Formats: sequence, structure tokens, C-alpha cells
Amino acid sequence: MAYDLEFEKPLADIEKRIINLQRKGDRLRADEHFQLQEAERELRRRTEEIYSKLTAWQTVQVARYKDRPYSADYLRLMCDDFFELHGDRAFGDDRAIIAGPARLEGETVIFVCQQKGRDFKERQFRNLGMSNPEGYRKAVRLMQQAEKFGFPVVCLIDTPAAFPGLEAEERGQARAIAESLYLMTGLRVPIIATVIGEGGSGGGLAISVADCILMLEFSIYSVAPPEAAANILWRDTAFAAQAAEAMKITARELKALGLIDELVPEPLGGAHHNYRAAADNLKVALLKHLAELKKLPVDELLEKRYQKYRNIGVFGYADAPAR
Amino acid sequence: MVKEAVPPSSAQASSTRPLYGGSSPGNLAVKCPKCREMLVGRDWEKNLKVCPRCNFHFRLSAYERINLLADPGSFVETDADIISVDPLKFVSRSQPYARKLDEERANSDLNEATVTGHVTIEEMPLALAIMDFRFIGGSMGSVVGEKIVRAVELAIEKHMPLLIASASGGARMQEGFYSLMQLAKTSAALTKLCEAKLPFISLLTDPTSGGVTASFAMLGDVILAEPGALVCFAGPRVIEGAMHIKLPEGAVTAEFVLQHGMIDAVVHRRDLRSTLIRLLRLYTQSASESQITHAQK
Repeated sequence: MAYDLEFEKPLADIEKRIINLQRKGDRLRADEHFQLQEAERELRRRTEEIYSKLTAWQTVQVARYKDRPYSADYLRLMCDDFFELHGDRAFGDDRAIIAGPARLEGETVIFVCQQKGRDFKERQFRNLGMSNPEGYRKAVRLMQQAEKFGFPVVCLIDTPAAFPGLEAEERGQARAIAESLYLMTGLRVPIIATVIGEGGSGGGLAISVADCILMLEFSIYSVAPPEAAANILWRDTAFAAQAAEAMKITARELKALGLIDELVPEPLGGAHHNYRAAADNLKVALLKHLAELKKLPVDELLEKRYQKYRNIGVFGYADAPAR
Repeated sequence: MVKEAVPPSSAQASSTRPLYGGSSPGNLAVKCPKCREMLVGRDWEKNLKVCPRCNFHFRLSAYERINLLADPGSFVETDADIISVDPLKFVSRSQPYARKLDEERANSDLNEATVTGHVTIEEMPLALAIMDFRFIGGSMGSVVGEKIVRAVELAIEKHMPLLIASASGGARMQEGFYSLMQLAKTSAALTKLCEAKLPFISLLTDPTSGGVTASFAMLGDVILAEPGALVCFAGPRVIEGAMHIKLPEGAVTAEFVLQHGMIDAVVHRRDLRSTLIRLLRLYTQSASESQITHAQK
């Protein structure tokens, strides 16, 4: 365990005390033993307290935390066999999206997941989790395959944004995203999208048109990265925290607004403190929703999915402007 | 760089059509931002707001574009009364979004960044949604998404082809998640247009970027763009910032995306109407013929 985020400073101090006491092992005196228990209780209490009222910007930090479980971790912990398939059959293989069939509780599911990297080399390899058009085309290819074989699709979302590079533009980033949105609307199998970390702008949305949108408790889903939004609205990326607050991007806020279907609880102190518990929670939620969605006839499923998106939006009425 | 795919218009009507129904707002002189030529306001308007020297296409308002394309007097506006609200109580730089909306509405002839309705073009019916960059950068929030979807539904209901002219900086930050979801919503609606087998012509004007490009704008059966229009997903400054490069001249423009196979043609403004007429004839003839043969049976 580690508490190294800025707002976790009080927790880090308690943890340091605990570690110092634990080091003594058998030589722990009776009063020290009591201190240790007390410190452990305090750590739990303070963690609960801090995590129950994270600000939007603190949630962004947790969602982006380097040790947070990534898609590959969830696949390893939830599935019996994941066979990764590569390539868009047109140009290349995008490493920021991993996809393929896997066994989830005895049933084949097509997973399409965004994957970040942890250390410098892996982050470079995964392009910081930002996909090029090939990634979305690979996603489309696998979803079409899912439809052909009648497998449900589960997408795990974890990306800051689609890659904003010139080559991405040349190879049709916008079209690749639009095609994925278009395909998913009419895909004749159940789709569940889960934001496990960062759901960033069009790049995250591209694989999350679904019958059911889940979010991990400390994940975020936003129209643009807070830094980019701050740049647009404040003309200064230093206002990222304000932008994060104003845009209502945390899982809790989006659930409260009724914009997502379910909040998947994370273990105490965030998913990175207990990978196994985080994966178990996600698996339970996925299995529950898959079972429900599979009960619906396909046409009803598609109609519900269509209406879900058709009805998103808030507006009012006024007189037409005079011309 | 790239030749225009459509030959010059034979219908001279298009080059003399006034952008304003006779009454010119009377700009005395205009400076071309590209070649810095001083242009006489009246000539500039007669030239459809295109610089005669360097071909720079100035931005048009939604109503100017409708005047440019539609048969005179044929435009019927729909859903002009939908307005944005402030679902997130959004405040930036101590300005509430709700107040910004009030100001934008007061300072323009628009209620939102998209004007929808139907027109005839050479007596052929056409449903349309025309975006207007003047209203908060043509950004797409709930209302733009809703109006685009209603234009699609109008096309289906009245069995008309659909034209969407895009001009947008992308999703509207002030509506957060709601804005993002409009990408999915508009793309979803187009699947219904596809089922109805109605053609969708997407026209990209300066600028078409961000969430609008990554949804309906790039899903046209035919995608046209005006010369020099910025067409991209990530804007030039974002690309330069992320890649630490200086973009070459002409990158992420209409001609650039044409060269990379993303659109069908770059069409000069004077030829837009005639191009649309040709396309509408080509794409709707078979449909109307099959209707006739169906009726005869």
C-alpha cells in the first residue's frame, strides 16, 4: 500500500507509524501493540473520511493514479482465458486498445479495452493510452465479430483522449471514432461499457455506446480532459481543477445526475489498494447486467439502446429570434 | 494542391444569388485575412464572401448559407424555439453559462448554433441543418444535438434527403457529459436515416473540428468541403502542442483530408448549389423512379 497523492498526506503519516511498529515484529511491547491496532483503526477511519468527500480534482488524481489497476489487470483477475487479437487488417495494430475473446464465468465475451502503461517504456508502448484510428478500427472489427457469433461485448474505458497527432488525422481519426459510434448503436448483441479510470472525450466515448454504462467509484468521464477544457474556457491549463469541478466529471456526480447506470464500488482507498476486490466487484456488476440484458429480445434491446441516447440532453423553449 | 473535383457551374444563377434577400448590411470595405487585400464590401458580397484574389472563403452565417443554396422563399424553419439551458450550473471566469447564453442570443439573430428546417433546391425537397460558428464557436451541446437529430427525423418523416453543413469548434465544454453524449446521439440517429435509405450529404465548412467531425460530419454518404476549410479532429494548436512540431502549411484543411481519402470533393462556394443539384438528382432519381413503378403496380 502506498498513500502518495497530495491529499493523502495525513494517511501517509499514519501508515508510516504503522510500518515502524510492524517492523518490530515479535519485539512489540503490549502498549505498542495497542498503538498499532489504534493506528490501523485510525487509518481506516481517516481513509473512509477522505475518500467519502473527494473533490473532483482529487478524483482525477485517483483515476489517473499510476498504480491503479488497468484493463489487463482486470482481464487477468476476472477472466479464465483472454486471447488477445491484434490489428485492424488495414494499417497496423494499436497498442492502446487490447481486444479479444475471453471466458467470463464460463461464457465467451468479446472484450475491447483501453490499456495504459505503468513505467516509462510501457507508457511509450501504449502511447499513454491514447488510440490512433487503427485502435478504433480494431474495436469495430472485433465488435462485428461479436455480432456474428452472438457474443456480448464488454468495453473497459481508460484513456485521456484519442491521440491528437498529425498521422492520426491523416488516417482518419474522426471517421474512425464516428464509425465506431455508428456501429455500436445498431450492434445486435448486448454491450456493457465500464469506465475504470479516465473516460476521456471522443476517444473514450468511441467504444462506450452501450446498453449499460458502469463507472468505477473513483473514475471520471469527461467531454474533454480538464486541462484541455481549462485551456478553452480559461485560456490557461492551470485552471484544470476548476474545469474538473465545473464539468461534473466524477462517477458519483454523473450517477447523481442519472447519466450513468451504475456505480461499481471500489475497495477502501481506491482500486489500487486491493486489485482482487476491485476486480471481484466489477465482475459481479458485469455478470448481473449481462444476465439482465440477455433476457431481452434483440429488437427490444436495440430500441432501448437507441432511446437511451436519443433522449440524452436538456433544453428549454423560447420565442424564435426576430429576424 | 488538389484540383476541385467538380467542374465550374453551368447554372450561372448560383454566382449571382444574393446572400441577403436584397438588403445588404453594407460593409464598405473588408480585409482578406489571408492575402491582406482590401476588398470593396459590395463586390465581396456579390462574390459570395470569397476573396477574388486568393479564393479565401469567409465564414457564412447559417441564414446566408441557406440563401446561397435554397430556392428563394422555400425555407421553412423548424424547432427555432429550442434553447439551451444550463444543466450543470456552469461557471467559468466568473461568468455563469446561463448568462453567456442570454448574451449570445441577444447579440445575434440565433437561438443556438444550428438552424434546421426544409427547403427546395431546383424544386427538389431537402431537409437541412446548418451550423453557425458565430454562436459560441458553433459548439455542440444538447440543443445542437437535438436539432440535428430532429432534422434527421424530419428527413425520414417527409422522405427527403438530408444536408448538414458543419461549422464547429467541437463539443460545448459548458454542458460537460451532455455535450459528449451528443456525438453518440447524432450518430445513432443517422442509423435510422440509413434504414430509411435516404441520402445524407455532409458539407464541411470552416472550421469543422472536434466532436462534430468525430460524429455526424464524417458519416455522410457524400462528404463535401469548402476550399481551405479547417477539417480535423484535434485542432492545429492541440496537434502542435502534443507533437511538439510546427504543422506544415495546408495541414488539416479540406484539401488535406481530400488527399487522404476522408472526403469526396472540395467545392468552391459558387458551385455549391449546382453540385447539390447534381447530387440530389443522382441520388433521388432512382428512389422516385422506384416509387413511380411501385405506384404503377
